[in-house]
Amino acid sequence: MTSATHDEGAPAAAQAANGSAGGGDATPAVSVKSLVKRYGEVEAVRGIDFEVARSEVFGFLGPNGAGKSTTINMLCTLVWPTSGEARVAGHDVMRERDAVRRNIGLVFQDTTLDGYLTAEQNLRLHAELYGVPRETVAPRLEQVMEIVGLWERRKSLVATFSGGMKRRLEIARGLLHSPRVLFLDEPTVGLDPQTRSSIWGYITELKQREDITIFLTTHYMDEAEYCDRIAIMDQGRIIALDSPAALKASVGLDRVRIETPDRDAAIAALRERFELEAQVAEGSVTFGVPAGEQFVPRLFAELGQPITSVSVSRPSLDDVFMSYTGTTIRDAEASSTDHLRNVARMMHR
Amino acid sequence: MATETSQPTTDGQPPRPRAGARPSTGSAASPASATSPGSAHAIAQVRVPTRSIGGELRAIRVVWRRELIRFSRDRLRIATSLVQPFLFLFVLGSGLSSLVSAGTHGVNFKTFIYPGVLCMAVMFTAMFSAASIVWDREFGFLREMMVAPVRRSSLVLGKCFGGATVAAFQGAIVIAIAGLVEVPYELGLILELFGLSLLLAFAITAFGMMAAARITQMQSFMALMQMAVMPMFFISGAMFSVVSLPRWLAILNRIDPLTYAVDPMRRAIFAHMNIPAATRAALAPGVTWWGWHVPTLVEAGVIAVLGLVMLTIAIVEFSRVE
Repeated sequence: MTSATHDEGAPAAAQAANGSAGGGDATPAVSVKSLVKRYGEVEAVRGIDFEVARSEVFGFLGPNGAGKSTTINMLCTLVWPTSGEARVAGHDVMRERDAVRRNIGLVFQDTTLDGYLTAEQNLRLHAELYGVPRETVAPRLEQVMEIVGLWERRKSLVATFSGGMKRRLEIARGLLHSPRVLFLDEPTVGLDPQTRSSIWGYITELKQREDITIFLTTHYMDEAEYCDRIAIMDQGRIIALDSPAALKASVGLDRVRIETPDRDAAIAALRERFELEAQVAEGSVTFGVPAGEQFVPRLFAELGQPITSVSVSRPSLDDVFMSYTGTTIRDAEASSTDHLRNVARMMHR
Repeated sequence: MATETSQPTTDGQPPRPRAGARPSTGSAASPASATSPGSAHAIAQVRVPTRSIGGELRAIRVVWRRELIRFSRDRLRIATSLVQPFLFLFVLGSGLSSLVSAGTHGVNFKTFIYPGVLCMAVMFTAMFSAASIVWDREFGFLREMMVAPVRRSSLVLGKCFGGATVAAFQGAIVIAIAGLVEVPYELGLILELFGLSLLLAFAITAFGMMAAARITQMQSFMALMQMAVMPMFFISGAMFSVVSLPRWLAILNRIDPLTYAVDPMRRAIFAHMNIPAATRAALAPGVTWWGWHVPTLVEAGVIAVLGLVMLTIAIVEFSRVE
């Protein structure tokens, strides 16, 4: 009957689809062209372009309200783009929403588990929603729960889980249907440092065990270091995109921070004596110089302003952010468009 | 059954070693599994089947079952939602009995208000079930369902059936105590009462879902519930006979959907009791439209149509994408 022809056709079609999605590494896991999202007056995402290669760990770094979550939501077919184009696993996020949904796993910022159900029931529910073949559910379930170390707790009610365990369970759930792309929206936000690093342990292990592309957002600089490549996002735009090492190299300058009683005088003196442009960041006078350690003795000798403390650091992603935006990510966060964030929150309910 | 067709297995082949389905994984996955000694066997790859009717039915079932699991876990909710009907039936019913005895022609007042109380029990449970979608939205679980590769209509249907099942279950408990208020346990009557409860449960859940599509906060939803449920209950004639009402109330009574559940239930109960025709005409005269006595089937039809209309609106609302 019709079902027979359908069944015969399905694997072939799947093969073709998979071939185009990631068979040759030519087709990127995610490709985005001039993507825009506007909420009324507010432009949350202002025309971004990028590609994520297959099996890559790709990070979106930026302060809250930069448009990271909005972008992820568009890629996950939860938010309709205002204009532009995006493809995930080779499928258009607007025209082939179902195909996109079948090929992605999602871990949201806020938990989306059902606390009334056990860990296993949550995963089984997910498996059924995604139509995971019945024979595959049991082995796959054990596997993903082992990856995140929750197999022993499978019979526990999710309501009894800690924040870190919930996040791990969500990662397991996101993996259950073997997605090609796993989206992690701020996977470690609100977790304590130990749990954060254990989550990263799982993510790195995952990368080795599964043939999967990981797309994540974070506003923690240190976490961006785990990514193969990162896109730095600020106010709805991608301002830099490269590997963490290349981005840091592009800054080229060490960062010097000094504490001084009179910041304005110090900034003026730096400009006068050394022709350096300094800024106040997180309460300290901050500037970049090549070979910072050698510069410190000269600084004390020639600045003519009292200095209470000084620190020199190699370029970090924070400096990358600063060199592109003139502010640190934490300062950007504090002054950031709270309005935009609220709009985004409201829309993503 | 339906689920079998959705699985893309052909001629009895186990779907797991589907090496051909992902040609790329053959080369990429094997070194990966080699690097992790913890996993002895290769990765159990899953291929999510394309959309099918079986898949949608499965989605409806899974959402429906989740409602039942949640309900069964929430013993307190089961208990508290029974308090109100018992209060009405035994406290208010007994208290008012002597006051109204002149007007009930010897019929127990508790028997008279029983159908209204049954409807109320169903209505409250159904509204609470619909409220859980607001809850799901606040706690994020709704997103997990919304991004699944299934139709939103399946999710709404599953939720609606789940709410209806739970509410009908609550109704069944109230039906079980019918004997305490002199309602006879006769199979035909029990089935009719249960059928009408089920229909009402479905319609009220659909109403709740329709409201929940737009209302994103629990407090607002609860306020709306109070505003909708109590007037519907009072106007429906749950506590009084619809004979010789003031004109404005008679009009409201005909508009109130609950009227069409309370009335057939009461007429059915009285028909199964040994009650003189004159008494029946006074206490359960039946709903009339411009003098025409609306038969039970039409009354059931009114509820069904209203339920379907509201369900359709709910589906359209939930299918919108930002």
